Amino acid sequence: MTSTHPAVELSGLTKTFGAVTAVDGLSLRVEPGEVVAFLGPNGAGKTTTIDMLLGLARPDSGTVRILGGAPADAIARGRVAAVLQTGGLLKDLTVGETVRLTANFYRQSRPATEVLERAGIADIADRVVGRCSGGQQQRLRFALALLPDPDLMVLDEPTTGMDVEGRREFWQALRRDARSGRTVIFATHYLDEADAYADRIVLVRQGRIVADGTTAEIKNLASGRLVRATLPDADQAALAALPGVDAVEVRGDTVLVTTADSDLVARHLLTRTAARDLEITSRNLEDAFLALTTDRTDHIGAAR
Amino acid sequence: MTTALPTAASTARSDSAERRPPALGGFSPAVLRIELRRVLRNRRTLAFTLIMPAVFFLIFGLPQRGQQLDNGSQVLGYIMISLAVYAAMVATTSTGAAVATERALGWSRQLRLTPLRPAAYIAIKVLTAMALGLVAVCVEFAVGAAAGVRMPAHVWLLAGLGAWLGSLVFAAFGLFVGYLFPAENVMQFIGPILAVLAMFGGLFVPLEVLPDVLADVARFTPVYGVGELARAPLTGDGVSAGALANILVWTAVFAVGAARLFRRDTARV
Repeated sequence: MTSTHPAVELSGLTKTFGAVTAVDGLSLRVEPGEVVAFLGPNGAGKTTTIDMLLGLARPDSGTVRILGGAPADAIARGRVAAVLQTGGLLKDLTVGETVRLTANFYRQSRPATEVLERAGIADIADRVVGRCSGGQQQRLRFALALLPDPDLMVLDEPTTGMDVEGRREFWQALRRDARSGRTVIFATHYLDEADAYADRIVLVRQGRIVADGTTAEIKNLASGRLVRATLPDADQAALAALPGVDAVEVRGDTVLVTTADSDLVARHLLTRTAARDLEITSRNLEDAFLALTTDRTDHIGAAR
Repeated sequence: MTTALPTAASTARSDSAERRPPALGGFSPAVLRIELRRVLRNRRTLAFTLIMPAVFFLIFGLPQRGQQLDNGSQVLGYIMISLAVYAAMVATTSTGAAVATERALGWSRQLRLTPLRPAAYIAIKVLTAMALGLVAVCVEFAVGAAAGVRMPAHVWLLAGLGAWLGSLVFAAFGLFVGYLFPAENVMQFIGPILAVLAMFGGLFVPLEVLPDVLADVARFTPVYGVGELARAPLTGDGVSAGALANILVWTAVFAVGAARLFRRDTARV
């Protein structure tokens, strides 16, 4: 039975390009049926990881297993399909011909008309690929990926270059198609995409996983509010001891307190200490993303 | 994690566990058919492989009407066979070199996400090249016949086979160049190179017309052997050991070169 194998099992993946370490000891296990967002800024190592996942790049060290086997084997059997940024299309074929040509490479495939329909491009089947917009070409790549009816679908920044409307349509098409049982892994640097379409978010930065959890868990990392005040010689321990306080950070004369109860911290600071210039800001997923993926290494501790 | 999947979905998923790779590495007549249609739709290819050689024949051949070779055969036939070799070599080279375009566009990378094996891809390219080469030879011969070429049936057949099969050398050459330069417009600089090679191969003018030194060098260029082979049935001269060696050596050079570059390309991962 397939369900005994994880959909994806990466362990200790490392890849360097010259002096640059693109992926740094990355390990990840994805169970069948999960929809996972690989979220991180450009240059975080997402594409390199996906290339290794699909067997398009060889890791310097570490291993890749897809559905219990080697990536090449999963591709040959049509069990994994991918939409990559770099995958090109033949400009002189029509959309329909591209799908029919690719369908012939598989032992079994879904009918061309069906995948065109599901990708939302049935109406442009006769159009030459060279005359299709970037968004239409991307949906064609998606249609090609649907052909083998794969167990695992990998998408690398599938909506890059699309306008807002194009992005919305693409995700609708993916969603229409998303039936239980298919594992989906997509890389994105759009936070809202990860938030809206993934069950699980894996945050990557500098080739490492810095946070991994459900969307709610990732959001919790950034829950509460941030209280900032000017307070020379702040008593860090006393602030940390207040109820609801998650983290206290002192930067010169500034103190930053992450807390679930900002009123209490503010009252304490204004009545018991010499704090002034007090500010209270709320944090959201955007902050969590920034905190976890930017180069500042200070309060990353929250990511566990 | 939820492990209880809906019945329909889990059935579909476990079915797929028995999926197998495609037969013949993904090669199939249907794929070949689509490739052929694609090649035949390319106006540029058709202009250079079918129309241009025919026009050359009408321009250079027709004025020689009525002239005879030493053995009494028509000079017109000699020119027709030479240009059929030219047409076939342009056809096979351009089809082989199409891998350059497909690499430049990123299609070869897209193909690596499918079960198509690299060897099957090459087989498709070579067969498509040879199919277009055959069409090129047939068109040139048809134009020749219409313009008054008369030869015994076995000469038509053997000369045609020689021109066609000899163009396999250039399918390898096209692949070699295609893997060497991943450029979308690779044919724009191969075209002139082919014309020069054809010149040295004696396809446009007999080598005797060239200065002695050039004519001697020309015998070592890749088109010479194929030209001699294709015209032998007409001239009755037979194929010299030198011409045969020329064909074999150049085939080996291009095939080995293409294979090495191809392997480098697929190993790069």
